[in-house]
Amino acid sequence: MRHYLVLILMMLLPTSLLAEEAKPLAIDPQLEIQVHRLSTELRCLVCQNQTLADSDAPLAEDLRVEIREMAAKGKSDQEIIDYLVARYGDFVLYRPPVKATTVLLWAGPFLLLLIGLIGLVLILRSRKQIIATPLNIDESRKVAELLNKES
Amino acid sequence: MKRLLILGPLILFVILAGFLAVGLHKDPSEVPSPLVGKPAPQFSLPRLDDAQQSFSPKEMLGQVWLFNVWASWCAACREEHPVLLELAKTNAVPLYGMDYKDTQEAAQKWLQNGGGNPYIHSVMDETGRVGIDFGVYGVPETYLIDKKGIIRYKQTGAITTKLLSDTILPLVKRLQAE
Repeated sequence: MRHYLVLILMMLLPTSLLAEEAKPLAIDPQLEIQVHRLSTELRCLVCQNQTLADSDAPLAEDLRVEIREMAAKGKSDQEIIDYLVARYGDFVLYRPPVKATTVLLWAGPFLLLLIGLIGLVLILRSRKQIIATPLNIDESRKVAELLNKES
Repeated sequence: MKRLLILGPLILFVILAGFLAVGLHKDPSEVPSPLVGKPAPQFSLPRLDDAQQSFSPKEMLGQVWLFNVWASWCAACREEHPVLLELAKTNAVPLYGMDYKDTQEAAQKWLQNGGGNPYIHSVMDETGRVGIDFGVYGVPETYLIDKKGIIRYKQTGAITTKLLSDTILPLVKRLQAE
């Protein structure tokens, strides 16, 4: 009973009490744009289907801070991306690069499309052959007879 | 020809099912580390038992050693802890730890309550900076580092007795013989 009471009291807690101060942002808006651009291109490793920009995981927060600091030092996008790839691998990129290991990923859909096209061509060809077979004499006579009967 | 057309989709299906079956048994949260085969990142961090003293991987050059990233707030570390304690008893390989994004007090209490300290030393990475250098994303993580300071193996997630006896310890032996 007591547990339920505590539970109910907890439910009544105003959730606004849990709100935090806004996280510090870079003062330079240009810098913040770069940080945001980068963090939408990079994957959060804890919650893998989110970008660093979307994620609330502590690691994502740390990585955003790291990116912000590197950006403040004047590092380019590519330098920051290389830094993270060296530590977390290509997996950290939301858009995987074309490499020997990712060829299937990039070429796969086109390969499937090609297989489909080949299949389509093969089917259409065999169909043409059916239409192209001419009637022999017996058959044409039969056709003529049937048509005559109708009229 | 016709037979191929009929069998084609079936063959494609079997291939696809094969890929999916393999995929089912893989853990998607396991990300291959690009650090395997590369030198372990250098750092110098204060020790957990005595913050005045520091530890750096440089001190371990010439030895094969295990570097385990843990934290008092990490649930899977609790699972792994007895395995590490057993490992420490055998003296098979020196085990060093890094207490990741944690406080000294909580970490020391955790070691006391958890049945002991399996580490020769643990260092404190309160900000998680060194963790980023090691590509840490899910504690516990364990790195096996060879005599030249190169990371040769990485395990993300708790170490089990089976993993230790089947993979880690044989690799330790091989690296020690190198």
